[in-house]
Amino acid sequence: MIKERMFKGGEFLITDALPEEVFSPEDFTQEQRLIAQSAEKFILGEVVERKDELEEMNPVLLRQLLLKAGELGFLSADIPETYGGAELDKVSSSLIGERVGQGPSGFAISQMAHTGIGSLPIALFGTAEQKKKYLPKLASGELIGAFALTEPEHGSDALGAKTTAVLSPDGKYYILNGQKQFITNAGFADVYSTYAQVDGEKFTSFIVERAWKGVSLDAEEKKMGIHGSSTCSVVFQDVKVPVENVLGEIGRGHVVALNTLNVGRYKIAALTVGVAKMLIGEAVQHAKTRVQFGRPICEFGLIKQKIAEMVVKTYVTESMVYRTARLLDLALEGVDPADEDAGRKTGDALRSYALECSINKIFGSEMLGYVADESVQIMGGYGYIKDNPIEGAYRDSRIHRIWEGTNEIMRLVIVNTLLRAGKTGVLPLREACARVKENLKGNANEASHEGGLLEDERAMVARAKQMMLLVIDCAIKKYGSALPNEQEVVGLLAYMIIEVFAMESGLLRALKKAMKEKEERSIIHRAAAQVYIHESFPRVEMMVKETLAALFEGEDLATKLTDLKKLAQFIPANVVALRREIAESVIAASRYHLTRL
Amino acid sequence: MNIIVCVKRVPETSEAEIAIDKSGKSIRAEDLVFDINEWDNYAVEEAVRIKESQGGTITVVTLGPPESQDTLRRSLAMGADEAVHLSDPALFDGDPYATARALHAALKDKPFDLLLTGVQAGDDGYGQVGPILGELFHVPHATMVTKLTVEDKKARVHRELEGGMEEVVSLDLPAVLAIQTGINEPRYVSIMGIRKAKSKSLRELTCTDISLAPEDCGPAGSLIEMKGLFLPPTGKAAEIFKGSPDDVSIKVIDIVKEKGGL
Repeated sequence: MIKERMFKGGEFLITDALPEEVFSPEDFTQEQRLIAQSAEKFILGEVVERKDELEEMNPVLLRQLLLKAGELGFLSADIPETYGGAELDKVSSSLIGERVGQGPSGFAISQMAHTGIGSLPIALFGTAEQKKKYLPKLASGELIGAFALTEPEHGSDALGAKTTAVLSPDGKYYILNGQKQFITNAGFADVYSTYAQVDGEKFTSFIVERAWKGVSLDAEEKKMGIHGSSTCSVVFQDVKVPVENVLGEIGRGHVVALNTLNVGRYKIAALTVGVAKMLIGEAVQHAKTRVQFGRPICEFGLIKQKIAEMVVKTYVTESMVYRTARLLDLALEGVDPADEDAGRKTGDALRSYALECSINKIFGSEMLGYVADESVQIMGGYGYIKDNPIEGAYRDSRIHRIWEGTNEIMRLVIVNTLLRAGKTGVLPLREACARVKENLKGNANEASHEGGLLEDERAMVARAKQMMLLVIDCAIKKYGSALPNEQEVVGLLAYMIIEVFAMESGLLRALKKAMKEKEERSIIHRAAAQVYIHESFPRVEMMVKETLAALFEGEDLATKLTDLKKLAQFIPANVVALRREIAESVIAASRYHLTRL
Repeated sequence: MNIIVCVKRVPETSEAEIAIDKSGKSIRAEDLVFDINEWDNYAVEEAVRIKESQGGTITVVTLGPPESQDTLRRSLAMGADEAVHLSDPALFDGDPYATARALHAALKDKPFDLLLTGVQAGDDGYGQVGPILGELFHVPHATMVTKLTVEDKKARVHRELEGGMEEVVSLDLPAVLAIQTGINEPRYVSIMGIRKAKSKSLRELTCTDISLAPEDCGPAGSLIEMKGLFLPPTGKAAEIFKGSPDDVSIKVIDIVKEKGGL
């Protein structure tokens, strides 16, 4: 019997997984479903009810709601039970994040920042004393957390931060001086994890309390979107941080920062799925009631196409989010969160999935940009008017491509992580590339399957991987260790890697759905997977071509293109018809109905 | 206080498009969201409040397919102590009488002070299971309960009548009560509750377990036969009043009053 498999980070690029081996929303346990429903009820009953009051930053209401959420356990999925947390698996935590995303963004962002980057540094890397002191109150919402890393001069190159920490003569305090910028929740947070250079170059993490002398805030930023959340600068002027509040080790603050950001990353993707589902619901309901030329506009082909595209992209993102969440859970199975060494072990386990987490963040944020944009379009002029929630969602969505690691940095991380895994032998990358070249010499295009469901698409995903491995191999051969400096090529490689994970995750989920339920119940799932793969496959080919043209010329290029041609053949499916089918099903249900709870 | 609460898993239909299924006797439910029947949620909350102030045990019971266990777990997470699932397909699709007989058969050896149901189910809306159970158990029963106080082996209830009127009734325990929405504000299910619910007992029972003969189960044991289900035919759209705003507003107020809106 085929069982679930703990694939290594990046392993999906060199292995064709089977549906039974990966997790999908069809595998939610009863407990996970109940958690999702409970979170949804809370958001609808308590937060959505007061959405008008949450449009502009309302710290009093935000704190009240966060406390209520804390009481129910919705703030502490990632906090160990020993410290008052709910200690949930990552799948459950993602389900909560998704439901939170369906509500007003002021609350959603505050909750996300508090439970993610706001609490994780201490939850993952605190000493027992630090955890005891802060975690129970972070879990309940009595204390609100924030992550103060970015500075005016240091965003992406966060590790170059200029905030200084100097040990006091009596050795009891570090004196902190500097300024942090664009800190979410800062306006009402009580506890920050922050980052400063000790002795000028030892990047170190500290726990700082808002109430301490010398900590001050600048005015709230006037942002394009997420107006209901707090974003401001935090200024440290001779702040005395007790040495007990050093988080992790001196000079190893990057371990705290980068591992925290890693988890924060895939949490964003979960949030984007929730927002997207909400927007699809709004757009579809509008399209059903808006009558033009004597018909509701949901009957028009171009509108159906938009609805289908929104659904397909959301479906694929959702497939990736839960596949990744479960991988993290499997990797963390051996780690006892109450263990003294839990932080390091967790960091190690998570770092190996930096590739998948980065993919999630990029894909989710870009998917949301698309869904928000097309939702405005479906709304027409109304989507442009301030009181319409879609208008706000459009402006809200933009930040996700920027924060917690810009999508450009994420692309570099993806490729660097892969290259490192290949170099250190963790991933047999070289062997995989060699196998592809061997297969090309012969005529073994792919093993023939038994004519199962989505057989063509399975083959296409497998060939997309081969196309990508072929070109990665060429890029490594040409640039060697200088490849990371060829950012445009890195970007192209990252594009292919992302598309492969996306295509495969959608495919495996649709096949899982067909396996677990009656085949007819999986029609829309399979249609969504098919549409995505038929759209994505030719794009992968195009990126491969562009890369080859950057690497080769003349005869060499011609040879490589011939190789590529063998892998890039496909017969396009009737995606026009498939999209119509998807749209009509979603329109009848008035919402994104592909995930049953 | 031993309290039994009967709960049902029903589809949420407020925003979905309803279509009749192939059999013509039911709706197509595949893409609907299911949840605990709204009235039953209030009943579970009411039971939990009584338990919190007076102590006791709460047993939740449901009759339905495997997915109904979600509803039981949810009720356990809210504070019920144990759950019983009548899961035998032979019991499904019965009318309220057959359903009540099955519930009675499953519970007749379980002593209770209060047995609560919702006033009606959100899907078929018969509103009968509560009173039928009262009769089968030969105990006092009341419906449309909007307020409940338990004291000295008696239940003092307010019943909602038409036109905004209320009736106050006192029943000796044990009693069966059908709970109306709005009686309380149901709590949110918490993660801690869900966690605790995992270890609470959930028993599955078949026809044989409850000693119900096949001819008494499901459609065979029903007094009502469902012949068919259809969507209401679209009739005339609206009534248009002519006259001055003053005249029309009087007409409108009369109609609203007549229909119980004022």
